[in-house]
Amino acid sequence: MSQQSTTYVLRGARPLGGEPADVVLRDGVVAEITAAGAADTSGAEVVEADGQVLLPGLVDLHTHLREPGREDAETVASGTRAAAAGGFTAVHAMANTSPVADTAGVVEQVHRLGQEAGWVDVHPVGAVTVGLDGERLAELGAMADSAAHVRVFSDDGRCVADPVLMRRALEYVKAFDGVVAQHAQEPRLTEGAQMNEGVVSGEIGLTGWPAVAEEAIIARDVLLAEHVGSRLHVCHLSTAGSVEIVRWAKSRGIDVTAEVTPHHLLLTDDLARSYDPTFKVNPPLRTAADVEAVREGLADGTIDIVATDHAPHTREDKDCEWGAAAFGMTGLETALSVVQETMVDTGRLTWADVARVLSAAPARIGRVDTGPAAQGRPVAVGEPANLTLVDPAARRTVDGAAQVTASGNTPFRGRTLPGEVRATFLRGRATVLDGTPVAVGEAVR
Amino acid sequence: MKHLLSTADLSKDEAVLLLDTAAQMAATQSREIKKLPTLRGRTVVNLFFEDSTRTRISFETAAKRLSADVINFSAKGSSVSKGESLKDTALTLHAMGADAVVVRHWASGAPYQLAHAGWLDAGVLNAGDGTHQHPTQALLDAYTIRRHLVGLRGGAGEGVGADLAGLKVAIVGDVLHSRVARANVALLHTLGAEVTLVAPPTLVPVGVETWPCAVSYHLDQTLAEFQPDAVMMLRVQRERMSGGAGGFFPSPLEYTRYYGLDARRLARLADHAIVLHPGPMNRGLEISAEAADSDRAVIVEQVANGVAVRMAALYLLMAGEDSAEGNDL
Ligand SMILES: [Zn+2]
Ligand SMILES: [Zn+2]
Repeated sequence: MSQQSTTYVLRGARPLGGEPADVVLRDGVVAEITAAGAADTSGAEVVEADGQVLLPGLVDLHTHLREPGREDAETVASGTRAAAAGGFTAVHAMANTSPVADTAGVVEQVHRLGQEAGWVDVHPVGAVTVGLDGERLAELGAMADSAAHVRVFSDDGRCVADPVLMRRALEYVKAFDGVVAQHAQEPRLTEGAQMNEGVVSGEIGLTGWPAVAEEAIIARDVLLAEHVGSRLHVCHLSTAGSVEIVRWAKSRGIDVTAEVTPHHLLLTDDLARSYDPTFKVNPPLRTAADVEAVREGLADGTIDIVATDHAPHTREDKDCEWGAAAFGMTGLETALSVVQETMVDTGRLTWADVARVLSAAPARIGRVDTGPAAQGRPVAVGEPANLTLVDPAARRTVDGAAQVTASGNTPFRGRTLPGEVRATFLRGRATVLDGTPVAVGEAVR
Repeated sequence: MKHLLSTADLSKDEAVLLLDTAAQMAATQSREIKKLPTLRGRTVVNLFFEDSTRTRISFETAAKRLSADVINFSAKGSSVSKGESLKDTALTLHAMGADAVVVRHWASGAPYQLAHAGWLDAGVLNAGDGTHQHPTQALLDAYTIRRHLVGLRGGAGEGVGADLAGLKVAIVGDVLHSRVARANVALLHTLGAEVTLVAPPTLVPVGVETWPCAVSYHLDQTLAEFQPDAVMMLRVQRERMSGGAGGFFPSPLEYTRYYGLDARRLARLADHAIVLHPGPMNRGLEISAEAADSDRAVIVEQVANGVAVRMAALYLLMAGEDSAEGNDL
């Protein structure tokens, strides 16, 4: 019996947090949704899902898988396994690898590694400029036409700072319905920057990364997008001012989308007082007022999606002085829990909203929401069975060493977070069961 | 006191105890035999990730006068090439059985990490970290201020037991990049002094409004209206003057014109007022030769007081809580 033919009955699951139902997965699609306890379970594997919320498989628009180049921090296999454990069925792999994903060859390699690993769909992000150097456009068309079918382009890790180059990129990707995802960081204003510029940086003597360095780029880019009629995506928006600018741009009808990371929804720059480089990230953790503003922006739709910016780093790159440490924190396995804690348990988002911000909207922005491998689809009969079961009543204490990702740099270490992913299905095949990743072939019984 | 990482961690009683102990140490230094047996058999490591011969010699002298064994460990590295890893160095020192580690580092927070990361259980004494803190510099400044403005003036010897209540101190120059300024603001505030920072707006940190001090952009106005009892001139780093990422002020000449302490400004100080500088000085930039060499300047004395203050800090860190009375000095 091949794995594709395993039929699963998710008994008593609550689609998008609604009334309990039996959901039958067969031949890669949602075959049936019926009253709880009513589904025929003969020949099927039953997944007891009493009290669990059923979501469409999560889609991350912003993941660093580190392969090729830094396999000591993460590989496509380890990172996508962590993604499945976190409830994801698709991730967009950022281009700042070594070599940079700026050619069809590299994006196809990453795409193929993702297929071989089999945990989630891997959609490579293409670099906007050759080598992320911000000087000339990479071959965006070739990447779009490649087997990796790239639609999201980003120099993430660096900002496309040159306004002319940014304008050209915004215009050029219109030919294949692409989007430029900007890491908004004015480079001159952030030279040597180590943390948010504010009261804490002044006291503890770390060079500041001012909010204006993010806001100035976002303001410029939304105006460029308006001028050339292009679509723009803003990565990891982190300040109250950025929320206001995006809100204003949307009110003008500018085609802009924005993301916030789980860490910017929960953590503040006060954590830098520990000088623990686990809390060093780019853009930096901001103030409590910024945290409140991004939560509000996510609740009112100004911010479209939550994306992890999962950035694994080796211990050598984090067990050192703050000033010498790498920027970034892991996030794939904690994203849903942080969203539950900050947005659902506070009454600001429903589970249906969570399905939107962590699945439907990112899939739509990345243009992976149609075709046979469609992601971010509704939980409905006939749709691809990309699904996640989460137990919202569970509580767990985060332990970096116990995580699936190959790196231990989680900023949530020691925190108790709500919610636990119990099962993940990729086109009807279980990648996670009983809260544990299941490799391809292992699910056959 | 297990570590000395930041003057912001010190209570007023602890700060006064440090100054009083420094006074006792200073008294022993006028004896013919300066060496005390207090820390015999104990090991102090001077761990310098950044060059500073002056500070290292001051700590080394202090430790040796307390009869400690001193190991100098120079582990150079910059933010570009990490060089010797902080963690590996800490593990090495732990294995060597260091009792106290005096650490100077280019990275803000490195002494804090050494004290708290669990790599090492020696006491950690911050000898200057990045643009964060330099507690013994602030303590020697406070000691010098107290000796001159409380002790000598008040006729109470060295000012033993006293704080700095009622005194006014102006700290002038590159506050943004200065660990000396941060350390002094916290300590002087704890000791009851009133502080005004004076700097061009480009060299004042964002968030300074939460600091326990006033801020002025005008030195002449501050001298006239605040009438400081002590003026502390900060060193201007050469790299702050260049264009591009430097360029915090238009030219050295303009800096000197508005923020330098020269003979003209010196003459406007109150008769009793003193001038401090943590050294090394840029004569002709932040301080003129007349000011530096005037009899108000206590800059050379600061160096001598540095040894006494560092003896006190090592003593209180290493000889334990019950050492406060220090009758065996
Ligand atoms: Zn980024
Ligand atoms: Zn990123």
